[in-house]
Amino acid sequence: MGIYLSFNRFTTVSNAEWVGLENYIKAFSNSDFLNALRFTALFTIVSVITVNVFAFLLAMALTGAVRGKNIFRTIFFMPNLIGGIVLGYIWNLIINGILSYFGVDISYDAKYGFWGLVVLTNWQLIGYMMVIYIAGLQNIPRDLHEAAEIDGATRLQTMKNVTIPMLMPSITICTFLTLTNSFKLFDQNLALTAGAPARKTAMLALDIYNTFYGRAGWQGVGQAKAVIFFLIVALIAFAQLKITSSREVES
Amino acid sequence: MGKKRTSNAALFVLMIILSALFLFPIFIVFINSFKTKFSIMGSPFKLPNRETFAGFENYVTGIKSAGIIAAFGRSLFITVLSVLVLALLSSMTAWYLVRVKSAVTKAIYGTFLFSMIVPFQMVMYTMTFVVTKIHFNNPVGIIFVYLGFGAGLSVFMLSGFIKGIPRELEEAAQIDGCNPVQIFFMIVFPILKPTAITVTILNAMWIWNDYLLPYLILGTSNKTLPVAIQIAMQGAYGAVNWGGFMAMLVLAILPIIIFYLFCQRYIIEGVIAGAVKG
Repeated sequence: MGIYLSFNRFTTVSNAEWVGLENYIKAFSNSDFLNALRFTALFTIVSVITVNVFAFLLAMALTGAVRGKNIFRTIFFMPNLIGGIVLGYIWNLIINGILSYFGVDISYDAKYGFWGLVVLTNWQLIGYMMVIYIAGLQNIPRDLHEAAEIDGATRLQTMKNVTIPMLMPSITICTFLTLTNSFKLFDQNLALTAGAPARKTAMLALDIYNTFYGRAGWQGVGQAKAVIFFLIVALIAFAQLKITSSREVES
Repeated sequence: MGKKRTSNAALFVLMIILSALFLFPIFIVFINSFKTKFSIMGSPFKLPNRETFAGFENYVTGIKSAGIIAAFGRSLFITVLSVLVLALLSSMTAWYLVRVKSAVTKAIYGTFLFSMIVPFQMVMYTMTFVVTKIHFNNPVGIIFVYLGFGAGLSVFMLSGFIKGIPRELEEAAQIDGCNPVQIFFMIVFPILKPTAITVTILNAMWIWNDYLLPYLILGTSNKTLPVAIQIAMQGAYGAVNWGGFMAMLVLAILPIIIFYLFCQRYIIEGVIAGAVKG
C-alpha cells in the first residue's frame, strides 16, 4: 500500500491518482530532502563513533576494580529511559542556557543544532551501549587475560589482541543499534530544534513528517521519501544479518 | 600495588565527575522547576534565590493548565493494557508458530520478522487514515495499533525462547488429558515468564515514551504525556510558561526514575536480552 501510493498523487488515501515516478523526481530535486539526507548521514556517522568509543571506555573502566561500580552503572544508564520529547526539551534548555552567554540560541546556526543532537544522543545512548559492552566483557574467560599476562603482553597488546577480538559480537550489536537509532531519530530532533534554522537541522524522519503534514498536495512525495527511507533502513538491517550470520558460521 | 591503587583512585574521581555530568541536565530541570517563570530563560544555571524561588507554584499551575493528570492517567492506561495484551497474545502466537510447522505458519512468521524492519514513517500516513476510518482513534483503539506495531519484536523474541523448551513436557501434559488451552496456561506460559517480562519491559519503555503515534491517532483531545509536553511547548509560541513546563518535565521524569530504581535488574537484563536478539 505504502509503495503503491508513492507512485500516486493524493491528499487523502482514497483520492490517489497514478503519476508514475513524478514523486521520486520531486523528492530528489527537493533541497530539504537532500539536506536532510546529508545531515542524517553525517550525524549518524559522528554519533555511532562517539557513542561507541565512550561507551566502550566506560565499560572498561567499570569492569575494573573501581569502587561503587554498580552505582555508576545505574547513573550512566538512567538517561536512556527518558523519552525523546522530554530529552529534547531538557537539552534545549541547557544548550540555550549556555549559548545565551554568547548572545545566540540554538536556532542561530545549523552547527549548534547538529552538535546539540550529537551531545543529546551520546547522553541517551552511552549508558545503554555501556551495559551491552559490560555484558560482553564479562563473558570473556579470565584465563585468556591470564595467558596473555604470562606471555608478557602489555596492557595495550592485551587490549588489541584479546579484548577487542573477543568483543566483536558486542561491537557489532552496538554499532548497528546506534546506527538505526541515530538514523531514525525523530522525537529528539523535533523537541530540540524542530529543524530550525529554516529546516536545516531536520533529519530524514522529520523531513518526511513535514512533507506529509506541512505541504498540501505533497503527500505522494512524502510517501516516496518514506520508501527511500525504508530501503536504506532495510539495507542496514540486511547488512547486520549478513555480518552476524557469517560470524555464527565461523564459530 | 601502590601504583595500581592510585590509578584506581584517579579512576574513581573521574567516574564521580562523569556521573555528575550525566546527572547535571536532570538536576538543572529540577532546580528550575522551583524558580519563577521569568527567571528561567537566560539564566537556567542559577540556583533559585529569595527573589526567584517559586515554591510549588509551578507544579500547581503546570498541572492545572495542561491537563497533565489526565494525560498521565491516559499514558498509564494505554501502556499497561498494551503491554499486557502484547505479552499474552504474542506468547500464544509464538507458541503456535513454533509448534505447528506448515507453509502458512512460516509465512506468518516471516511477516512478523519483516514488520520489524519497516520504519514507522513508511506506514504513518496510510495507517493514520485507516485507523481514523475504522474509529480506532481513541485510547482503547490505540491499544490494537500498539499490538500491531509491537507484535513483530515480541513474537520474534518469544519464539526464539520457545524453540528451547523440550516438547516432551507438552506431550506429557497431553497424555494426562490437557487440551491445548490448558497446556498453554499451565505448562508453556509459566516457563515463558522470564522472557515475557523482558518483552513487557521493552514494550513498556517504548509505549510510555512514544510521541508520534499517539499524536497522530489521538490528537490533542486525548493527550498522552509526551504529547501534552510537546503541545505545552508548541501551542504557545512566545508565551511559554517555563516554570510550569519545567514542573511538567519533572513529573514526566520522576515516575520512570522511581520505576527504574526498583526494577533496575529486570530492566538492564531485558535491555541486554533485547539487544542481543533484536
